[in-house]
Order: sequence, then C-alpha cells, then structure tokens
Amino acid sequence: MNLTTDILIIGSGITGCAVARELSRYNASVVVLDRGSDLAEGPTKANSGIVHAGYDAVPGTKKALYNVRGAAMYESLANELGVPYRRCGALVLAFDEADVKTLEELKERGGTNGVSGLEILDREAVLKLEPNLNPEVVSALSVPTSAIVSPYEMAFALADDAALNGVQFRFDTEVLSVSKDEDGCFTLRTNGDTWRCRVLVNCAGASGAEIHNMLSGQKLTMVHRRGQYYLLDRAAVQPFSRTVFQCPSVMGKGVLVSPTVHGNLLLGPTAEDIDDPLDTATTASGLADILAKAGRTWAGLSTRTNITNFSGVRAHLTTDDFVVGSCEGCPGCFEAIGIESPGLSSAPAIGLDLAGMIADHLGLARKEKTVPCPVPPVPFHDMTPEQREQAIEQDPSYGNIVCRCEVVTEAEIRRAIRRPVGARSVDGVKRRTRAGMGRCQGGFCCPRVAAIISEETGIPLKEVTKNGGESFLLSDTIESYLKGEHDHE
Amino acid sequence: MNERQVDILVIGAGPAGLAAAISAKESGIDSLLVVEREKDAGGILRQCIHNGFGLHRFKEELTGPEYARRDIDRAADLGIDIECSTTVLTVSPDRTVTCVSSSKGLQIIHAKAVVLAMGCRERPRGALCTPGTRCAGIYSAGTAQRFVNLEGFMPGKRVVILGSGDIGLIMARRMTLQGAKVLACVEIMPYSSGLNRNIVQCLQDYDIPLYLSHTVTDIRGKERLEGVTVAAVDEKRNPVPGTEIDFDCDTLLLSCGLIPENELSLGAGVEISPATSGAVVSETFETSVPGIFACGNVLHVHDLVDHVSNESFKAGAAAAAYVRNGQHAVPMISVKDGEGVRGTVPQLIRSDTDQPVDLMFRPAAVYRNSAAVVECGGKELLHKKAMIYTPGEMALVTLKPEMLKDLPADSLTVRMERMDG
Repeated sequence: MNLTTDILIIGSGITGCAVARELSRYNASVVVLDRGSDLAEGPTKANSGIVHAGYDAVPGTKKALYNVRGAAMYESLANELGVPYRRCGALVLAFDEADVKTLEELKERGGTNGVSGLEILDREAVLKLEPNLNPEVVSALSVPTSAIVSPYEMAFALADDAALNGVQFRFDTEVLSVSKDEDGCFTLRTNGDTWRCRVLVNCAGASGAEIHNMLSGQKLTMVHRRGQYYLLDRAAVQPFSRTVFQCPSVMGKGVLVSPTVHGNLLLGPTAEDIDDPLDTATTASGLADILAKAGRTWAGLSTRTNITNFSGVRAHLTTDDFVVGSCEGCPGCFEAIGIESPGLSSAPAIGLDLAGMIADHLGLARKEKTVPCPVPPVPFHDMTPEQREQAIEQDPSYGNIVCRCEVVTEAEIRRAIRRPVGARSVDGVKRRTRAGMGRCQGGFCCPRVAAIISEETGIPLKEVTKNGGESFLLSDTIESYLKGEHDHE
Repeated sequence: MNERQVDILVIGAGPAGLAAAISAKESGIDSLLVVEREKDAGGILRQCIHNGFGLHRFKEELTGPEYARRDIDRAADLGIDIECSTTVLTVSPDRTVTCVSSSKGLQIIHAKAVVLAMGCRERPRGALCTPGTRCAGIYSAGTAQRFVNLEGFMPGKRVVILGSGDIGLIMARRMTLQGAKVLACVEIMPYSSGLNRNIVQCLQDYDIPLYLSHTVTDIRGKERLEGVTVAAVDEKRNPVPGTEIDFDCDTLLLSCGLIPENELSLGAGVEISPATSGAVVSETFETSVPGIFACGNVLHVHDLVDHVSNESFKAGAAAAAYVRNGQHAVPMISVKDGEGVRGTVPQLIRSDTDQPVDLMFRPAAVYRNSAAVVECGGKELLHKKAMIYTPGEMALVTLKPEMLKDLPADSLTVRMERMDG
C-alpha cells in the first residue's frame, strides 16, 4: 500500500521516541517506523541506564552539549511521565598515577562542560562512602549529579505520550530504500508499505549511517560496538549505592558496577567491534572479561545471584561524535546518528532540538491542546498496604499475583497490554511490568503471561511470541502434534 | 484490613503443606489455615502426570495428581480450610503473615505457629551464565512440563536437555511420547543428578544419549532457537576446545537443579543453610525463629514425594506441639557435614529427644561399596553400608534416641567412607 504522512521517523529507540513526543505537540501527521516488533528493541533496551553528568565528553562536541542539556531535563521528565529515575551519584575510580591524572582531566573537562559538584576524593573518603570497593583504590572522582533511569521504560512513556497525541507507531517495518523525489518529498520502500513524507527523521540507530548515505554525499562510517552485561537479583544485598566507573578509555567508559532503579546490580559493558549490529549474543570471553574487570571495582564480586546476561550494540561513528540536525545536502531530512553513550542522557535534548528544527522547516504551528499522558500507577511491588487494599478494591485482579519473584499482578499485566503502545509479547510485558524479570526468569509466570496476552489481544496462544517475529513460545497443541499437523516448521 | 488469628498457618498446599496440615489437624489443632498461590491445591504434583509416586507411602504406583488427590481428600474429610489463589507477601518474625487474593484483598493473619511449605523453583539459564542469544524455545523443564501436561501445548519438536535432574529426564520421555525428537541429554557432572530408575526408564528405553561431563557452550537463534553447541568439560568443568558437537534444535530444556524458594523465610529472619539453601532446622523441623517450621522442598530438595510427606507429617505434628506447649528449649546437638557429605538435615537435634531422628543428606560424589558414618567426638554411632551412594539419591540414616545419650561432644559428623575391595 502507498501511504503518506507529513513526518516519518525511522526508529523507535529512545531518540526516535523523544523526537516523536516533541513533534506530537505540533499540527502535523507523524509516523514512527521500526523494524523491531516493539519499542526500544535496539540498544535502548540494553545499556547501562545511566544519565551521565557530562564530565566525559570532549568540550565543544555534540556529545558534551547534548549530554549536559539532556541530563538537566531528566528529573522533571521522569517525574512527569512516571518513569523510575534516581540521582544516585557516581564515582570514577583511580588505581594508579595515570588514573589520577585522568581524574584531574575529567574534572576539568566536566567543569568546562558545565557539570557541577565534581570533587576528587582521597582513598579514605572514597572507602567511607562505598566500603565494598576494592581497597586498592587510590582516589576517585565524585560525580553527585550522575543518575540512573530505566531506559526502555523512558522510551515506552515517551511513546505512549506521543501516541495519545496522535503519533502512529508501525512495527515489523524495515526500511529497504529511501529516495528524495523531485517535489522535495521522500519515498521509503519497506518490507510492507511504501511511504511518502515531507520530512524524514533518521533515528535509525544501527542503520543510521546506511540511511544517511542513501541521501547524502557526505558519507558516514559506523562501527557496531557490542556491550555485554550481567544483571544480578535485586533481592541480593547490594554492594554499592552509587554507580562506580573505572577510568574511561578510547573504547568507552569501561566496565561499571551500578545499582539499577529497580534495585538490581548491573555489571558491564564490554566493548567489542562486531559486523552484525543485530548480533546481541553474549560470549564466554565477553562474560569472563566483565568479571575480570568488575572484580577490580568490587573486591567481593560474586555472580551467584545472576539473573541474566544480555548485550546491546552501540552505534559508533568513526568521527566519534553524534550527528544531530539537518542532513547536509538533503533538506527535509533530519538526523540523529551515532547516538551511543551518552545517548540516553542526551535523548530529551536531541528530541527537543530536532523537533524545533523540523517545525521551523515545515512552518508548523503548535497544537492548542495536548492530551496529558496519565501518570502510571505505582507498581504493586512498591505500594503501601493501604494503596494495595485500595487498588484491589477498585480492581480485584490486583489481588492476583502472576509473577511471584517481582510481585507483579494480573491488573498490571493487562494494563501493559492496553497501554497506548501496548505490549504484544512476553518480553514486551516483561519490560513494561517486570513480570519474568526476577530470579526464576519467568519459569512460573511465562505460561500465565502468555495466556493473558492471548486473552487481551485475541492472538491464539500458539501464536504468542517471546519477542515478536517468529519467536513463538509454543510449537502446537498436543492433539495436532500427534496427528502430525504441527505449525511453525 | 481483614485481620484474624489462627493457631497454625501453613504456606503452600503442595504435598508438604497438605501433609503438615493433616498431621497438625490430627494432632488436635482446629484453628488451621492453608494458603496456596495457585488456583488448586496439589503443588507441582498437579503437572506430574507420570506414575511412580507413592511406592514407599502407599505401596502403590500413583500418578502425581492421584498422590495429591489422596491428601487433598483427606484434608477435606478433616475439614481443613485451604484458601487457593492466595499469595503470601510477607512473614514476620512474630508470625504475622500478610497475604493477598482477588476475593479477599489483603489479609493479615496472626499465627501461633507457621509451617513454611513453599517448595522450590528451577535454576534458570541466567544462573548458569550460558552464553549465546536470548531466543524463544529455552525453558526450564518444569515450565515445559506445565505447558505440555496442564495447558496441552508442545513447546517444540527437536529438543536438547541440559542437566539430568529428574524433571528433565521425565520430560525427555514425555516429549518423545508426544512425537518430539529428543536429541541429547547433557550433564556437566560425571554422574547424573537424577534417579537411576529415571535414567533407565526415560533415556535408555528411548535411545536418548546421555552426555556426561558435557555442557552447552553456545545458544544460537535470533527469534526461535536454532541450535546449541555442546562440549566436553574438564575436571574443573571448563569446556575442552575441539570437543564441540552442534545440535540443530528448536528447544532447550534446563534441568540444572532446584532451589528452595526461601524469600519469605529470609524476610522472617529464618537462618538459611548455604549447603541446602533451606532453613537450618532442629529434629522437629523448627527453624531458627521460634514457632516457624519448614518442610518439603523449601527445606531441602527431595527426590521422592514420599519422603516429603513423611517429613512434613513430623513438622505438622511438631507445630501442633508448639502451639500446645510452647517452645521446648534444651541444649542442642549440632550435626555437621563431614567428608563426602552435603546438606545434612536436620542441622540440630535436641539432646533429650525420645523419637528416632532421620538424618537426610546427599553424597558429594558417587560412592560405590561405601558406608555412611555418623560419629561424635571420635565415637562411631552408626555405620550404614550400601552398594552405591550417589548425589542423585538422597541418603537417609536413622539415629535411635539411645544413640544420642551421653555423647562425648556436642556435635555429630556425618561422613562417607569407602570400603576396600
């Protein structure tokens, strides 16, 4: 089918969602395409979840600019949208003379970038703050404004808000080619429909450079840099209350040990350049590498309470900076490319800037009224007894615990499916509710979650997927199996 | 908020909870409540539709549901109140229990004694840190069992099983009988952790190869599982390069151990043994918190439900005695794991006990032509020979009360001893 829209955004990662939400405030039709089956399927769902203070980026770069501006927007944005966020602070550790020098540089760089509160602490002061640190630490840079956030939940909230304000999201849609027509509009061929639009927004993550190169003479080269992680149970005693970094290198910010907003502990990432940006496998050597490096931060390192390993692939440009703005030589195309770390921190500011540029380009007027996104209810897990009682009174399915490890109720699972951009898969429910995110990894709740998805969406149980596409949970019913009629060959 | 008092609250209506409740009721406790998070009583037995249950207790081969039915019926005859679809959220050290259900909302229950009978969960992939992709088609064996036996769905048709725990072995047969091809059962240890009868009846009878000292080193597949790599491991359980075998499969079942589910116990301040991952208990199955008892797989993982029931009858009776008489505090004899022994339960024995005490433990390796020895301060109290002791089968020795009189020390040690010849 041939379809048209004013503005077409490629990619529903954190950046695409941030742009979409800002554009939803203008009078224009906006569509977001994503090749994944859900929001935030790329690195947005698999990163460290840190809102960086901004001491690391080289002054004057787009990374520095957007990091500091974006980070400053986070707290109010998270409060407004009901997304878990906590300013837990961070430490960057030094173990030798070279590291100490690096800390000085980072402190100075941070000062230039406008980061407040940076302070170098001596060994004694650091160990007093975080007694479980490796006692070999020499000194540390204290970064009080560093924060943690749930990155995919931020994307979901931005997308829900955008959708309530008219933005359409289309999944399982891969862009095959993009061309600029004589009338100044763009034509996109996808694996499904063909789209025409007046403005194209390239937030395509791993494919950002490829799409840019279809439209611009100024070619970009992208490197796919994988980062693997360990995620430990939140029931375990947490060793640190802050994010703990080691000194950064050319490959990135190094292996961190950090609490998450949900109280788990995250170890990672690795930094390996790979060919296939969709190859999010973990490897024995990568996991071993994390343990070796994290062990330097955390003397008592133990992965006994490991819940899962995962990896995400960062979109690194060889120019080592973000590309944000109008595509050179291709008016009407706007881009956010190479949004690796500190991309999560920068996304709100990038979204604001790109939307402003696009509105100017098209001469868009702001809508008189926007639909406020309802703030999501407090998770049952975090409710007071009184809140729990009230919730069950209003909706008895709050009294039905589906995920025992994370204490997630049937009501919350149904809500996740009914959200404006709702869950359609078991992983979609997991990321929106935490059902299956705990120590049994869905062993008990997966069949029940799948049944609720089937009930809510009308998808037959055997068509319910783990994570979209062909990731079917089940092969077929026992009856048809015995008759030799099974599907999903 | 709905608040009430009971003499005994049993958490869980699986075989352990049912037996504890029946026994407490038969000991004369009337104010008794069982809460169960699933919509029906019976616990994991509900999905264990194979037979082989009850050989010891009933001298019959029952299916899991049949075994459970006997206890459910007995509980009903005794008028025991079982509240299903009710999840316990917290247990406090003073035995105040908060639970939640759709029908009754939040309830606070003050109990004079609590019996913990929450069972166990399966060790998931994350706990194994197996590298590879995170595609669909990887299930713990019990989850697959639920899909097949309770929901009527097949999880897949070409199957590799990692781990040789009993549920994995049972599922190897079950999937085969349903038309799937089970390509291999892979066990990292040099011996199986399952019962020998299951190795024979579930693998050998169906020509399913068992790869001992092997593990899964890679998992492939973007959306649905496409294959796994299996490799031999050395003595330190590290994969040996060059021994890799690739299997094309759409399903990987994990049967790599069971973990007693003690989150509620920890919240109540119950001391947990690192060896069993269950509570530290006395010979009456009382935990370190007075009036809180534990039995069944939440205490330590059993192989046979008959043993679960047996242990839980004792725990229920002991909880009843606690309600009637309060705590019986006397000096305790501690029980230690010696050479070749893991996770002996109970860990403590009252010095004045007048009942026989079963010591249950797992050998740390395969012991052929060996003996289990219980000794105290150099004095041998008991010596029990057997043709074979294996980690897959819980060992049991019974101490008579007279053996515990006038001991030379305040601790016992259980150890394995290889016999010559």
